[in-house]
Amino acid sequence: MTTNFGSSRSLLKPRAVRADAALGTNRSRAIGAVKRLSPTDIASRAGNRRFPLAAPSWPESVPRPAPEHRLGVDYDTDWSRKYPVRLVRAMLLDNVTRPLARLIADPLVRGDEYLATLDAPVIFAANHTSHVDTPLLMSCLPLRFRHRTVVAAAADYFFDRRWKSDLFAFSLGAIPIERNKVNRRSAQLAADLVEDGWNLIIFPEGGRSPDGWGQLYRGGAAYLSVRTGRPVVPVHLQGTGNVLPKGGRGIRRTRTTVTFGTPLLPDEGEDARRFGARIESAVATLADEATTDWWTARRRAVAGTTPRLQGPDVAPWRRSWALPKATSATPNPNADVDGTGWPRRTGTRSQ
Amino acid sequence: MSPRPGFVLEVDRSTPPTLYWHGERFRLERLPEGSRVIYAPEPIDPLEDPSAAIRRALQSPLGDKDPLPALLRAGMKLTIAFDDISLPLPPMERPDIRQLVIEQVLDMAAEAGVDDVELIVALALHRRMTEPELRHALGDRIYDAFAPNGLLTQHDAEDPDALVHLGQTDHGEDVEINKRAAESDLLVYVNINLVAMDGGHKSVATGLASYKSLRHHHNPQTMRQSRSFMDQHHSELHTSNWRMGRLIADSGVNVFQIETNLNNDAFPPAFSFLQKREWEWSVKDRLAYLGVSKALDRTPAKYARQIFHSVKAPHRMTAVQAGEVEAVHAVTTDNVWRQQGVTVDGQTDILSMGLPYISPYNVNSILNPILVACLGLGYFFNMYRGKPLVREGGVVIMSHPTPWEFNPVHHPSYIDFFEQVLSETTDPIEVAKGFEESFATDPWYIHLYRTGHAYHGVHPFYMWYWCAHALQHLGGVIIVGGDPAAVHRLGFRVASTMADALEMAQDIVGPSPTLTHVHTPPILMSDVQ
Repeated sequence: MTTNFGSSRSLLKPRAVRADAALGTNRSRAIGAVKRLSPTDIASRAGNRRFPLAAPSWPESVPRPAPEHRLGVDYDTDWSRKYPVRLVRAMLLDNVTRPLARLIADPLVRGDEYLATLDAPVIFAANHTSHVDTPLLMSCLPLRFRHRTVVAAAADYFFDRRWKSDLFAFSLGAIPIERNKVNRRSAQLAADLVEDGWNLIIFPEGGRSPDGWGQLYRGGAAYLSVRTGRPVVPVHLQGTGNVLPKGGRGIRRTRTTVTFGTPLLPDEGEDARRFGARIESAVATLADEATTDWWTARRRAVAGTTPRLQGPDVAPWRRSWALPKATSATPNPNADVDGTGWPRRTGTRSQ
Repeated sequence: MSPRPGFVLEVDRSTPPTLYWHGERFRLERLPEGSRVIYAPEPIDPLEDPSAAIRRALQSPLGDKDPLPALLRAGMKLTIAFDDISLPLPPMERPDIRQLVIEQVLDMAAEAGVDDVELIVALALHRRMTEPELRHALGDRIYDAFAPNGLLTQHDAEDPDALVHLGQTDHGEDVEINKRAAESDLLVYVNINLVAMDGGHKSVATGLASYKSLRHHHNPQTMRQSRSFMDQHHSELHTSNWRMGRLIADSGVNVFQIETNLNNDAFPPAFSFLQKREWEWSVKDRLAYLGVSKALDRTPAKYARQIFHSVKAPHRMTAVQAGEVEAVHAVTTDNVWRQQGVTVDGQTDILSMGLPYISPYNVNSILNPILVACLGLGYFFNMYRGKPLVREGGVVIMSHPTPWEFNPVHHPSYIDFFEQVLSETTDPIEVAKGFEESFATDPWYIHLYRTGHAYHGVHPFYMWYWCAHALQHLGGVIIVGGDPAAVHRLGFRVASTMADALEMAQDIVGPSPTLTHVHTPPILMSDVQ
């Protein structure tokens, strides 16, 4: 038997994989050039260990065929805003979601008086640390906003499967938003809905916080406000990360605080980028207020010493150490501050 | 949507685990990133009306042949020979193509008033088919009309009264074939072309030949010069058969060749995951895989084998052509490539393959260690055109349990070959020199071949010769999950996991190797550029 390492090497051609074959065309046959495996490659093992229990992932070199059902940003949510569906959703929200939110998150609502004189539609821009954020925030909205509100939800996460798309469009009135790149369709849909009188809940961070601290804000909320001329209400949700943190497996009863800020409108000539920074700063002030008091937070805001939403730029353990501690959800004797029932409210606050 | 052509995938971190046959089981292997996986083209669309297509082919033959009805006349002697149990794989659902074709030939013969008609199974040195197998291939109508009258026979390569020596080729090759076939006014051969090796002059020159004739091309020297025997134009096996076929034609044997192509739809819907690319497995496919594989894991191999051998393939005919042998076969071969061909860029250091439970020589039987070697190194290795998929000095990794197990009824001489011959030497040349003659002429093996359902005594030698090209070309062979004793007897190395096999292979091919996996089923042919 012979061994000839040189012969094959001279035959090697530049790496190229023609992936056209995967799409059902009957063009030329696919050609995959041979690639040498490094020790790291050999040690690696491709694919999900849980397959076939879990769904297969799709090789990067193979283009996906057009989905049979339109998912992601192409998912059509019109049906979820039809009157019968809204009626069922409203009943669900008032009779199931709100009691559950009270039981689990016991929210203290501050600043909702700003909403009393505000005309719909508005854009609610909140920080995002948990899947609990959306139902909690919807539970805390005044009645005239609550049942005519849609939620901007990540198209790649909430709309990647048919069943998920149907579930979240129905239960939350979710609409798909492309969060990884600019997508004309999803931006147009959100703007059309706002112009059509729908309030919008949007999380400008684009996803839940991985460690409890905030992430950099993206420009979606500011862009929609600039485009539609409708105000942005900054909202800060405190404590939801303790109820159900990202990657958490179970729900833990914890007290939360929902703080609405003063509605913001873009100034004359202010572009979306600068207006976005103003929204982020407003939410940071609300975050400060949730852990101190309104006056302290205001003074720090004026002095420019409001703590960053993104937390200190230090080692991960120190960031974790610096997070506000969770508050137990055991009955609080002072919970019903103004004696008006649930949610707990702090009453009118002087400006 | 038209069927998709073959595809070469480069494995990346998102590629799901790859399915391997493992005898009567399956394995899912997570291949290293950068490996290649070759997938076969999807089944091409079958003929809408196979009966009409057959009729058209018989009435409009290719090459220098008259339409079949014009060749049939009262008082003539007509013989219809057909391929045996080794084709197709797995055996196809009823009606078998042979039944569809032969019924039309017989209809035409009846219209022409032909009385002297005999059917012969062209089994060369293969085992005789059983009645249920013949009924499955021909249908009850043909079987009941011919078998009770002794007009359905199985070629006997050891019956001197049933053979005729037609002469020698210019290379000194004896041509000795079935006497009834040779002395008929018309010999109609009905072929099923599953792989490019089948058909052409090989149908008659091999299928109806004797050991005296077969030994001229079924030997290690010829097989080593067949690169590959799936590529007729570079196959010494075919060159020899073509010489014999032309001599047969020159001797006055009037052969009307009918060749058929199948698509590669090899497994019924319950096993549809076998033929799909893993990343396209639906929930149903994953459930089917889990159900089937878990059930098989808990089923004794004997019963798992019975389950698989009861599976009938939903193969469908994609083409049929008839007429002069070489003209017909050229079209057939093109059709085979159209269904199975995949262009592959460059050779590989390591070639991996999962071997199934079946080969042409163990239908309704056991895939014994010799047949494991033949399936991997004889068939899968040779499924190329241009140059082998694996480079010279490279390694083949096969996945199969390779049990030390034989069917004593079908493979009696295999047992002795494995025990006596391979324990002495695995070199095909030495094997041929030292042992072939005694096995080929052993009266007990001949008796079992002629009267039972045993492969001829020399058949295990041919299976080993089938590996001769690969054994000469490769630097090593590793069987994953094989029985160590059986694998070592074959002269190969055994590994318990694919990771171990890759480690062992690097000892032979060196570090930073290239790895290519041939994903089967369905079968595919690599056109290596």
